[in-house]
Amino acid sequence: MSLPTAPASRRLLLLAPLAVAGAGGVAFFVLLDRMSKGTYDPHGLPSMLIGKKLPAFDLPGLGQAPGISSAAIAAGGRPVLVNFFASWCVPCVEEAATLMALKGQGVPIYGIAYKDKEAATKSFLARNGDPYAAIGRDDPGRVAIDFGVYGVPETYVVDAQGIVRFRWAGALTQDVVQQSIMPLMKASS
Amino acid sequence: MLGAAVVAFLLALAPLAARAVSSPAEMLPDRKQELRAEAIGHQLRCLVCQNESVEESDADLARDLRRIIRTRVQAGDTDQQVIDWMVARYGDFVRLKPPFDAQTLVLWFAPALALGAGAVAVLFARRRRPAPPAPLSAEERRRLARLIEP
Repeated sequence: MSLPTAPASRRLLLLAPLAVAGAGGVAFFVLLDRMSKGTYDPHGLPSMLIGKKLPAFDLPGLGQAPGISSAAIAAGGRPVLVNFFASWCVPCVEEAATLMALKGQGVPIYGIAYKDKEAATKSFLARNGDPYAAIGRDDPGRVAIDFGVYGVPETYVVDAQGIVRFRWAGALTQDVVQQSIMPLMKASS
Repeated sequence: MLGAAVVAFLLALAPLAARAVSSPAEMLPDRKQELRAEAIGHQLRCLVCQNESVEESDADLARDLRRIIRTRVQAGDTDQQVIDWMVARYGDFVRLKPPFDAQTLVLWFAPALALGAGAVAVLFARRRRPAPPAPLSAEERRRLARLIEP
């Protein structure tokens, strides 16, 4: 007595669980790789601003320095970055070098100091470098809410027409800059 | 006895419910408006902690959003207007109960889909089962009796 041999197609079916496990493993590996490079954030939320005009705001500057307004940014006629930061934010320290490198490449960056004391912002910039073309102070955090900011740092790419093209929540990394930000800055200049 | 246990259990839960009330300083003087604001806040997700409502969270952003809800309620916005204001900034994710639309169709019908898939699987399994063997003939039964005879 021997068991009847199953047709080839049925025997192939035995491999299905293995194939599913394999595909899952590959997907998991890609996910982890992108997480470690910082181009994927599992807690990231899609921004409602993409494809829309910059929310209207007019913020005071640090000390005597002029602040920034949405109208001035939109009138600039070139793509810019808008970066929400705070002196009390650890990932902001982490991304400081990346922002300074961007400034070195001639990318205009507008900073919005989120819920921060003026003196603290100043000493933060003295310690980590000041990559900003201008800074606006958002003490009450109200402008941040209009942007849909849910944590600092957050960085927005605004094109030459004042339309938001991209939002990155969390510290900027070289990978994010190379893969997402620079292509947009070139495309919309 | 069981009734007492249930009561004790419910009493133990009471502090959890009480925690949802925001600090008195934040509350609106008008009781009806405050209750409306709380009801709205319970439907909105705190974006920082992501698994608490705006009304329950201790996060800074949640406090700011609570204040905005109350300002808008006082200004005479309807519940829907306040929620729309939040969704315009934070997207549907801010709603703890996702809306029913084309994007969430799969989400809402997932239980029905799972049930359907289960039913199909059961049907297939039934069809595959081979027919039960024919009952033993008289000759076979005699042979079986001989074989198991002690």
